[in-house]
Amino acid sequence: MLEGLSSKLQGIVSKMRGKARVTEQDIKDMMKEIRMALLEADVNYAVVKEFIAAMTDKCKGQEIFQSLTPGQQIVKIVHDSLVELLGSEQNKIHVSPSGFTVIILYGLQGAGKTTTAAKLARLLKSDGKKPMVTSVDVHRPAAALQLEVLARKVDVPSFILPEEKSAVKIAKKAVERAKYLLCDTLIVDTAGRTTMDEEMMNELKDIEKAINPTEKLLIVDAMIGQEAVSVALAFEKAIGLDGFIMTKLDGDARGGAALSIRKITGKPIKLICVGEKIEDIEDYYPDRMAGRILGMGDVLSLIEKAQSQFDEDQARNTMERLLRNTFNLEDMLSQFEQIQKMGSVKDMIGMIPGASGKVKEEDLDERIIDLNMAIIRSMTIKERRFPNILNATRRRRIAAGSGTTVQQVNQLIRQYEQSSQLMKRFSKMNKGKRRGGFPMSGFPF
Amino acid sequence: MGIFESFKNGLLKTRGFVAEGFTKISAGLGRYDEDMLDELEALLVQADVGVGASLQIMDSVRHHIRQTGDDSVDSVLFAMNNQMLKILGEKTELHIEENTLNIILLVGVNGTGKTTTAGKLCLRYKGEGKKVMLAAADTFRAAAIEQLQVWGERTNTPVIAQTIGSDPAAVCYDAVHAAISRRVDVLIIDTAGRLHNKQNLMDELSKISKVVYREAPSSSIKALLVIDATTGQNAVIQAEVFSNAIDIHGMVITKLDGSAKGGVAIAVAHKAKSPILLAGLGESAEDLVNFDPEIFVRSLLPNS
Repeated sequence: MLEGLSSKLQGIVSKMRGKARVTEQDIKDMMKEIRMALLEADVNYAVVKEFIAAMTDKCKGQEIFQSLTPGQQIVKIVHDSLVELLGSEQNKIHVSPSGFTVIILYGLQGAGKTTTAAKLARLLKSDGKKPMVTSVDVHRPAAALQLEVLARKVDVPSFILPEEKSAVKIAKKAVERAKYLLCDTLIVDTAGRTTMDEEMMNELKDIEKAINPTEKLLIVDAMIGQEAVSVALAFEKAIGLDGFIMTKLDGDARGGAALSIRKITGKPIKLICVGEKIEDIEDYYPDRMAGRILGMGDVLSLIEKAQSQFDEDQARNTMERLLRNTFNLEDMLSQFEQIQKMGSVKDMIGMIPGASGKVKEEDLDERIIDLNMAIIRSMTIKERRFPNILNATRRRRIAAGSGTTVQQVNQLIRQYEQSSQLMKRFSKMNKGKRRGGFPMSGFPF
Repeated sequence: MGIFESFKNGLLKTRGFVAEGFTKISAGLGRYDEDMLDELEALLVQADVGVGASLQIMDSVRHHIRQTGDDSVDSVLFAMNNQMLKILGEKTELHIEENTLNIILLVGVNGTGKTTTAGKLCLRYKGEGKKVMLAAADTFRAAAIEQLQVWGERTNTPVIAQTIGSDPAAVCYDAVHAAISRRVDVLIIDTAGRLHNKQNLMDELSKISKVVYREAPSSSIKALLVIDATTGQNAVIQAEVFSNAIDIHGMVITKLDGSAKGGVAIAVAHKAKSPILLAGLGESAEDLVNFDPEIFVRSLLPNS
């Protein structure tokens, strides 16, 4: 596995710690590491070269030499400059003033256009728009069908003509159909193409002329290598782009392409796709991307994930009960449910800087939460509310009901007792300070 | 069209990039100094050869120059050619055994071209007069089954499939038994794209592989990892993680024609244990060719 840049930089930082001042050689060493990390992250070579030159100049400025923690200072400068390069502002999808917006998605084969089309439709729908999707992919077998199936899944109308061989005709008819259905947005999924193929690029130009799209977005696979820039430039040159959507960011590719295309084309990244589920599309945050490219973890994303998935009401409820010192197994169950909603524990650990290398995969048993939930669900309401009544007979029954062993049931109850103890102390500490907030520290493990 | 021509045409973009860069750097001087060698290294990195492999190639070039005292273009080309071939290894072909069931299991991350490769392989073996069967074990992606079924119709090949969302291992179980009872020569199994850092999906793959090995103990089973040539250094990690999950027989590099940075083949070969068997050099079925390291390198570097 690639060793993260952060650990390498930390090595240099700790080497510097004893030194009174930083030498030019120190900066040179650090820049060498950063250069390697950026190249390994698939950032375009020309971009890296320019970036490193600019960084070296910046770091030679006075502030570094006087700083008490020069290493960290350098990392901060690099990080901030990366964020700046990645775009300091967020960019939303544009809406046409005419009231009818056409969004067209371009990309290489296998970048994830069709999936993204459906994800985007769901996102717009949840924002109160009325989107329709259409596929003008007349090349890949069953491409149109794939979009139709996905559209049905998100309950958005779709328009496909699997027998029609002209992409332009489909596009025109799709616009008519969308207007007829009183939709305000049409998402057009195009066939994947290599930028080499002139015929295919001409097809795109023809479609563009026919339907005059509001937003022309290029779908970029986060795993793409040095080719990213020439791909983006070729599309930009042939048809002009309004922005990008990065896909497959749930993989472990660093996504250096984001930096390259942003720098070379100057066009914004509008959205990112972070999973296989249809909801897994998010706004793009430059600072997080900078951290990812540098291999520094994604703490902010983790925090936000925790917040959005947390049911605030339920959390407050638990908090109240906790403060009143009446935490029972029902509350514990709802906590487990909350945790599950946040996604897999492994995903979350991957987002904590420094944790990814330290926690071994086999140590993390995702099933333990499922198991514990099954145990609680095999209890009667009375047992959940008053765990004191759980005698040996009841425990045996619960074990049989949940397909676990009595030992496992005992373990859960012990865990409950421990957290209950912990919360008693917590509630004493918090007496008089009744504020909302998340009982993160009260998790039963 | 000969195999060299197809490689040359397919790699037109990469060749243009590497060979032109090569010539530009020497700028007609006919020899290389230290700065130029650094630029050559940069050129390799830019072709997605990867930092590690590029360093190794340039180290051997520098070593060669020191030993022979010859820093001419030909000498550099010679050393580079040799080291690239060393990294890529011997030519290995995807061998189909006679009189037994051959199972080809196509695996890889999302969007690398597994289904298309399945269709192209089907055409290839059909053309050789083999009895072929397809299995749609991608039960996750919408319309993946239908996409394979279209290939089945085109090539008049039976497709074993269940419905979307069904257990892929169960599809493989069915397919293996159908293939055995129908005395099929080649069974091609298309699996769902999976990102290698998703443990549950990698576990699913191990299960699929286990089922196939268990149900067809006397057949020749080959799992092929399909890698997209436009992928950057992540391809190296893909090769590593997939080989840890299941026994990877060899690799298929697809979309080599679409990228100016076909160097990723070298990056992958530098780290991976299994050889590159096939290369996708274009859209049509004949463009899926046996990978030949010598021809690959020859069509990458300028003529000496």
